[in-house]
Amino acid sequence: MLERIHNAQGLIDSACRKLGRQINIMEVCGTHTVAIFRNGIRSILPKTLKLLSGPGCPVCVTDQSYIDIVLQLADREDCLIATYGDMIRVPGEKGSLETRSAKANVKVVLSTEDALQLAKDNPGKTVVFVAVGFETTTPATAVVVKEAAEQAVENFYILAGHKLVVPAMCALVSEKNHNIDAFLCPGHVSAIIGYGAFAEVVDAFSRPCVVAGFEPVQIVEGLAEICRQLADGKAQLKSVYKAVVTETGNVSAQKAIAECFEPADGYWRGLGKIPKSTLRLKDKYSRFDAFKRFGLIETPSEDTTGCRCGEVLCGLIDPQQCGLFETKCTARTPIGPCMVSSEGACAAWYKYGRDKKT
Amino acid sequence: MTTTGTDRILLAHGGGGQLTEELLRDHILPRLNNDVLAELGDSANLTVGSKSLCFTTDSYVVKPLFFNGGDIGKLAVCGTVNDLAVAGAKPVALAMSMIIEEGFEFAQLEKILASIGEGARQNDVAIVTGDTKTVEAGSADKIFINTAGIGVRLGGVDLGFDKIAVGDKILINGTIGDHGMTIISQREDIKFQSQLSSDCAGLASLTCRLLQESGGIRFMRDPTRGGLAATLNEIAKATGLSIEIREADIPINPVVQAAADMLGFDVLNIANEGKFVAIVSSEAVDSCLEICRDHPLGKEANVIGQVTESTDTPSVELATKIGGRRIVQMPYGRELPRIC
Repeated sequence: MLERIHNAQGLIDSACRKLGRQINIMEVCGTHTVAIFRNGIRSILPKTLKLLSGPGCPVCVTDQSYIDIVLQLADREDCLIATYGDMIRVPGEKGSLETRSAKANVKVVLSTEDALQLAKDNPGKTVVFVAVGFETTTPATAVVVKEAAEQAVENFYILAGHKLVVPAMCALVSEKNHNIDAFLCPGHVSAIIGYGAFAEVVDAFSRPCVVAGFEPVQIVEGLAEICRQLADGKAQLKSVYKAVVTETGNVSAQKAIAECFEPADGYWRGLGKIPKSTLRLKDKYSRFDAFKRFGLIETPSEDTTGCRCGEVLCGLIDPQQCGLFETKCTARTPIGPCMVSSEGACAAWYKYGRDKKT
Repeated sequence: MTTTGTDRILLAHGGGGQLTEELLRDHILPRLNNDVLAELGDSANLTVGSKSLCFTTDSYVVKPLFFNGGDIGKLAVCGTVNDLAVAGAKPVALAMSMIIEEGFEFAQLEKILASIGEGARQNDVAIVTGDTKTVEAGSADKIFINTAGIGVRLGGVDLGFDKIAVGDKILINGTIGDHGMTIISQREDIKFQSQLSSDCAGLASLTCRLLQESGGIRFMRDPTRGGLAATLNEIAKATGLSIEIREADIPINPVVQAAADMLGFDVLNIANEGKFVAIVSSEAVDSCLEICRDHPLGKEANVIGQVTESTDTPSVELATKIGGRRIVQMPYGRELPRIC
């Protein structure tokens, strides 16, 4: 493994020397962000190669208005909230789900099946599943919606907040002041949508897109491939994660998504409204739609004062440039979602990357 | 309101990380403090007449009650034995209290009691006093067990943060994260749970042998809640020295690593129940390693790093397998599974 790392490092070094300027590569996926920090990858890269952590952490990109809706539902006596663990610490105006969990109406689940089971076990309550995540988690939500329909589970609802990766990447490089030279594309998402899905980013915006797995050697080799393309003045679509990711992806998972969901315009933290970037339930399944059940509407909302998560997500600033970072916003007292989520850029900087402070 | 922004206890307050530290510092110590408690050791060091005694207590609230490699009964014996063992004591006797929920099945209670008996026998300690209470259904989750233990400090043994010096080596007696990942996987019904097994074991036979046969041992602690990361950060903070560990030298069972990767957990933060970290002088480290590897509970023992001078603030740093470096922080207190 070390030999492959050293070879890739050599390629990165020579490409960076040839380029003779700073290059910015965005790792889109939160799992990549964590793997990069956990393995100390930044510390072995040349100073002219900057890694930007992108909008690939599901908790981080979820708009504040969605979070506020979840908190609002958690305050209702008739509701049980089923959520993935990461979401419980995201603060709203009046505390988080974690501080509400004393009331025992917030349950952390590891799978959508657990959420459906919760509904079956609690027929007297309305169970709302906080359905967030990218194409990796959406198929599991789709499957459980179909199951709930087949089994006529009356008290199960989903608050659809699923998002699509490619529209967000296009939105980022459409911005005038963006500074992204290339993308390290997410391995998990690509396994579902296929690496072919990133062709749009390469073709329309001339940005290299390379899919990599989460082993350090794959990440470094992915970065080497990107550097090679940039040094050669090319923008190509490549996968260095061939064992798992195919060009067309997981067709049956894509079908499951298409059966239940359709793309809709949606709000992202930091990126605002992006056309056709979120998924809403199709009419056929609208009776499971928590937005409709409770008459809720997602509206754009202001981020917490001083919190610069939005700019962090767009790669415009490093977490340390935010005034709240390490002062008011810490792992213990997170203010922005990028500090809450274990995959958030701020949490990763705080945990692994910051200066030696206690 | 505390600095966590809550006026209530959170689960993370019991996680062994930053919030546990805050609970102790802000709420418990100001009201109960005395010289012995202030040391915040795994056990209290007492001198009674001419005897040096170690005294400790721990409560066990594990869910599920039965897991691969052990159950709440075995844990209640081994955990308290280990708190005495890492303080340099030979355990002598335990006290045990059980709080049992109305409706709890006798068959399960019998199983737990059998493993308490077996654990006591294996660790050469007797349960010499105890108590039982029952509470209404819903007032407790099946069964909670508290054990307290007393041990005699081995002659000539003097362990403490103040004995640790730059250049000392860090030794661990085997793989990390096994207990925590077993519990999490079984609790969450993850598919590879059958391949995971808790490391729950009483360490006194190994630690006593180590202390009797080798000098140069400065300090020991069992990295339970908060895992290796919490223990090493506590050492750095208490000594004002930094710690360097090498990822490649830390023993980790590949299944534990895979389970942790899947959930987005850092194995360094995951609980152990049959491990100790020993800070050992560089002269003594080879003989300590040999003694460990010769014992059934230390077959995979390894030297994982050393104590270093602190350039600014004391910290724990990890040299990664690929040649990178990163900081190892005190864990927050509750690991949350990631979304994807």
